[in-house]
This record gives sequence, structure tokens and C-alpha cells, in this order.
Amino acid sequence: MTSQEYKETKLELEGWPVNVTSYKLGDRFYCKVDNVSPGAWLARTTGATREEAEQAALERARQMLGRTRRQAV
Amino acid sequence: MANYAHPEVLVGTDWVAEHLNDPNIRIVEVDVDNKAYDEGHVPGALAWPWNTQLCDTVRRDILSQKQFEELMASSGISNDTTVVIYGDNNNWFAAWAFWQMKIYGHKDVRIMNGGRKKWVAEGRDLSMETPKPSRTAYKASAPDNSLRAFLPQVQTAAERESADLVDVRSPQEYTGEILAPPGLPETCQRGGHIPGARSIPWGKAVNDDGTFKSFEDLKNLYGSEGVTGSRPVIAYCRIGERSSHTWFVLKYLLGFKDVANYDGSWTEWGNLVGAPVERGAAAAKASYPRAS
Repeated sequence: MTSQEYKETKLELEGWPVNVTSYKLGDRFYCKVDNVSPGAWLARTTGATREEAEQAALERARQMLGRTRRQAV
Repeated sequence: MANYAHPEVLVGTDWVAEHLNDPNIRIVEVDVDNKAYDEGHVPGALAWPWNTQLCDTVRRDILSQKQFEELMASSGISNDTTVVIYGDNNNWFAAWAFWQMKIYGHKDVRIMNGGRKKWVAEGRDLSMETPKPSRTAYKASAPDNSLRAFLPQVQTAAERESADLVDVRSPQEYTGEILAPPGLPETCQRGGHIPGARSIPWGKAVNDDGTFKSFEDLKNLYGSEGVTGSRPVIAYCRIGERSSHTWFVLKYLLGFKDVANYDGSWTEWGNLVGAPVERGAAAAKASYPRAS
């Protein structure tokens, strides 16, 4: 089995830059969302289509990023 | 990879693809947990989840010598096995495993340049099968703690400015604007950085495809912040995994002699009562409380 239709996109989510990576494996699409800095993955999802997988991952990542508090420095 | 100080510790994805069936090589995917591995992994690769197999799950520590020997034996790894490690998050946890294997003296351990990201992006084979290796006998060396920095050493280094402290977290974590990477749980009481530490985020050491930058680029990156290897270096982050990545770069790609990973990192320092903390990008050095 090999990954197909590999795609990376950079977006801004809740004010934070993220990388959205998706690809097809078998008959499923896999998606993960990483924060650009430091680069940790926030959400991993699967779906029957790329859109379904990405939508679920972005929603999960949005919830997590929305909890990030900024301090005054 | 020829310009690196120790090019033998890096292998490319092509090399791994050509050695999938080599009986003297054990390939291991190392991530924070098994989610990525379960989606499909390099054929024949085992999984070592960081949160259960590469740390003591009772007290905060790396594996004991005995625990490490058990992990190697149950993974079918002998003292003379070539171990190739790769992982998600640009090899953070792979570098953590590499660091721990060097602490316990494993001779031949290598990192797959570009990690899981590059393997998947290149459309290479992915397997859903989990290998069942035959158990081996494994004898680890006593821990080489010169590769590891403990709190007292870091306190001394900060107080006396006797080592280059390298903070590899994101700029916002360094300044204190955020207490943890965006989206992750806050695990410290105070934000900021250890006084005197230079901010050199780990991600500056890699290219977009996850591979390490060239020797010349790395030398310029750290040299521009005054980190040249002419004196001891201590790298730290939040929990020690990103800094093990930088430790690998400094020790094996640039060849610095005296580099330690402070795995207590900010989750230790940022929770200490009375520890000096600098905030902002260019704060003045904080006064350090001296023991009476």
C-alpha cells in the first residue's frame, strides 16, 4: 500500500499558522494538522473523501488552538 | 550527507527502502503515541511510543538500564544490530530514542533523514502489519550521563555563564507569550526562558521536507548566535524531545564535543520556586539567588 495524492497546505487557524497534510491510503483519506511552530501534530483524522478528513481535522485543531492563552510580555 | 561530522548516523529514505529485508537492521518508528504508526508505517518497522516505552511511566525519568535492556531484547535488537529510527513531528521522538540509545551505549543507531513525513510524501510502501521479533539477549552499558544535563548543572551554567544554553522552543514560548506550544496543554507555572539562553528554534535546522539542513547552513545558524562548540552546550525545550533533536544536530552533524540535553527542560525550570526567569526577546540577565 502506498500513499497517493499527497498534499500540504499552510493555513491560519485561530490566529496560528498550521500545516494541513492529507493523502489517500487504500480507500480512505488521512489528514493531520500541525502547528507550524513548533511543529507538533494537533489532529489526525480519516474520511471517505479529502474534504471530510480535512474538515474533521481542522475542527479538532481549531478547538485545541482556541484554548491557547497569550500572556503579556 | 558527506559534510556532516558523523554522516554515518543518517540514512536516506532510498537507503531504508533498499534495506527493508536486511536481517541485521531493525527499523523503529518513534512517535509520541501509536496513532501515526497505526495509519501505516515503513514495512517491517516496530513502534516505540514515547509516552509508554521510552520513559519511566512512574517517576519522571528516562528508562533505567534494566528497562532499556528489556525494550531492546523484546524488540529483537542485539548489541550489534543496526537500528534505524524515524518518526513523525520531524523526528523529534526519533531523536529522543537516539539520544537514549547513545546514553546506554548502543553502537550503531541511525536516523532516517526526513522521517515519516518524507517517506509518506514520496509515496513509498506503507504496511499495517506489526512485526513479532524474536527475543534477544541485550546488555546495555552504564548510562553516559555526559549526554544529559540535570538541574544543578543547568543552574550552575546559568549562574556562571559557563555553557551556551540553547532554547529550542518557538519564539513565543521563549519570550513567555505562551506557556506551551499552540493547542497543547500548559505544563508550567511561569513563561519565559532560562537567563542567558539563546533562542534557536529546532525547526530552523530542517528543510521543508523534514531533512536536515547542510553542514554549512547549520554552522551559520548556531554560529550566528555565538554557539560554536568552543565551550559546553546545553539544549532544552519543554520536555526534552525537541532539544534531543538539536542535541543530535550539534553533536553528530556539527561534531561539537560537549553537548548535553536538559530533559527536565521548561517543565522543570518553569515550575521551580525561586528560579530566575527572563521574559521577552532581549531581557536583561536576571539576578540569580545564591545558596548560602
